[in-house]
Amino acid sequence: MRRPFVSVEGIARRFPGVGGGAPQTVFENLWFGIEEGEFVCLIGHSGCGKTTVLNILAGLDAASDGAVVVAGREIDGPSLDRAVIFQSHALLPWLSAEANIAFAIRSRHPRWPRAQVAEECRRWIELVGLSAAAEKKPAQLSGGMKQRVGIARALAVRPKILLMDEPFSALDALTRGALQEEVNRIVAETRLTAFMITHDVDEAILLADRILLMTNGPHAKIAEVVVNTLPRPRTRHDVHHLPGYYALRNHIIDFLVDRSRLLAATMPKGWDPRSVPEVRPAVAA
Amino acid sequence: MRASRPFASLALAALLFALFVGAWQLSSSTGAGGGAAVDPEYAALVGAAAAAGGQTPFPSPVQIGGRILEHLADPFYVRGTNDQGIGVQLAYSLGRVLSGFLLAAAVAVPLGFIIGMSPLLYGALNPFIQVLRPISPLAWMPLALYTIKDSAISSIFVIFICSIWPMLLNTAFGVASVRKEWLNVARTLECGPVRTAFRVILPAAAPTIMTGMRISIGIAWLVIVAAEMLVGGTGIGYFVWNQWNNLSLADIVTAILVIGLVGMVLDQLLAIATRAVSYQD
Repeated sequence: MRRPFVSVEGIARRFPGVGGGAPQTVFENLWFGIEEGEFVCLIGHSGCGKTTVLNILAGLDAASDGAVVVAGREIDGPSLDRAVIFQSHALLPWLSAEANIAFAIRSRHPRWPRAQVAEECRRWIELVGLSAAAEKKPAQLSGGMKQRVGIARALAVRPKILLMDEPFSALDALTRGALQEEVNRIVAETRLTAFMITHDVDEAILLADRILLMTNGPHAKIAEVVVNTLPRPRTRHDVHHLPGYYALRNHIIDFLVDRSRLLAATMPKGWDPRSVPEVRPAVAA
Repeated sequence: MRASRPFASLALAALLFALFVGAWQLSSSTGAGGGAAVDPEYAALVGAAAAAGGQTPFPSPVQIGGRILEHLADPFYVRGTNDQGIGVQLAYSLGRVLSGFLLAAAVAVPLGFIIGMSPLLYGALNPFIQVLRPISPLAWMPLALYTIKDSAISSIFVIFICSIWPMLLNTAFGVASVRKEWLNVARTLECGPVRTAFRVILPAAAPTIMTGMRISIGIAWLVIVAAEMLVGGTGIGYFVWNQWNNLSLADIVTAILVIGLVGMVLDQLLAIATRAVSYQD
């Protein structure tokens, strides 16, 4: 069997039961793949273990069962090849924006001379449009600027895979839109493989090639894979005018409103966790 | 809290000080004078006040001011073991405090780091810390004198033992409460344990560690006076005790003021250092 670039194979996460009771299963038997250069979003309600899935992919958390195979090798911890953009930006508050990025660059290239690190650092700061604020500490930056630093820090190590945990959920709508476009552009330019967790249906449709729909926890499962057939390049300005956009959007919202709860109780007959059905609502429309 | 009107506060402080000193001066000048006639030879032998059957009068602010000026004019004289300038005595005390404090820091910070990182070690060492911490540092003095057999090193040991606990506990607390997400950043960047310790955990815990150091140096400066009164020889604490034996109250008041001022300077230095490493989250 051919394995995709990132292959999630039957992972589960269980927490020990309270007071020695039966272990609590957040999710189990999760199978999915991400092809090289593909952008995959995971959508589901709070508490279904989305962040845990991302942490397992990042190597920050270990699966109770199953394995994650990247480029043919099972992962057993964090790696510079799998960068994470954290929901809370997670910048080191005692370092300036520039120093936060330099810290990441030096992790990738410990032998680089100071001037080369500074040069590379400037490049990334310019790319995310922060040249005027490079010397500022995170506390002096706005939420959007902090997340720009977080994005630059993740990209500066030149990872193979970019993992994003609701990176824009704490931002106002305007800033969120601008950053979505930027991530869209950078990921397309660098042909990065990307995996993103989100609550935001429009964000998922704008960015993702495929959208994984997760049922409510406990015992959360991936019920469906929605293939985004809308043509690229997509921008915030025109994506909602594309034919099929609303069929796609309505399908996902219907899932979040009703089916995520109904499916959590009973999956349809013939549903196979190893090959989750793919749907193309935008084509059917 | 920072005063909203610093000049008004300063003026009020000056006024309060002037009122206090003025009242003191007034009360000490009215109490003097008069007294029965005494044999001048007897008076010369035991001192005028004692010969009159009274007590040594408490010095007036003017007398103390004069004594302070005398000390300031020549702080570093040495005229024998029991007659040394107040600057020399202060230097002895500061030397003991700083060596005891630095030794304590050299032990407490690395140990606190390990305890903070390992809940197992924290649990294992916590009972010892909780029993040892409330012991008055002076209670260790006899044991120190018996084992070390040197009074100067014994007082350094007493400073060491009293300043180690706040630094140890604050370091352990600071290290244990480093935010999980910062550690996760270090992990995703494949930072080794040494780089994580020095570039992430240490800067994150530095404000808490420095606060522990500030508490420690305050306690050390309190304890050194008592320790030096006990072991004698040199130091500002011994100076106070020596002047008590001389019944030289002006010198004692001078020393008290100097102890307060030096304590404040030590505290402010650590406060500046704490501000230098603190960050806004």
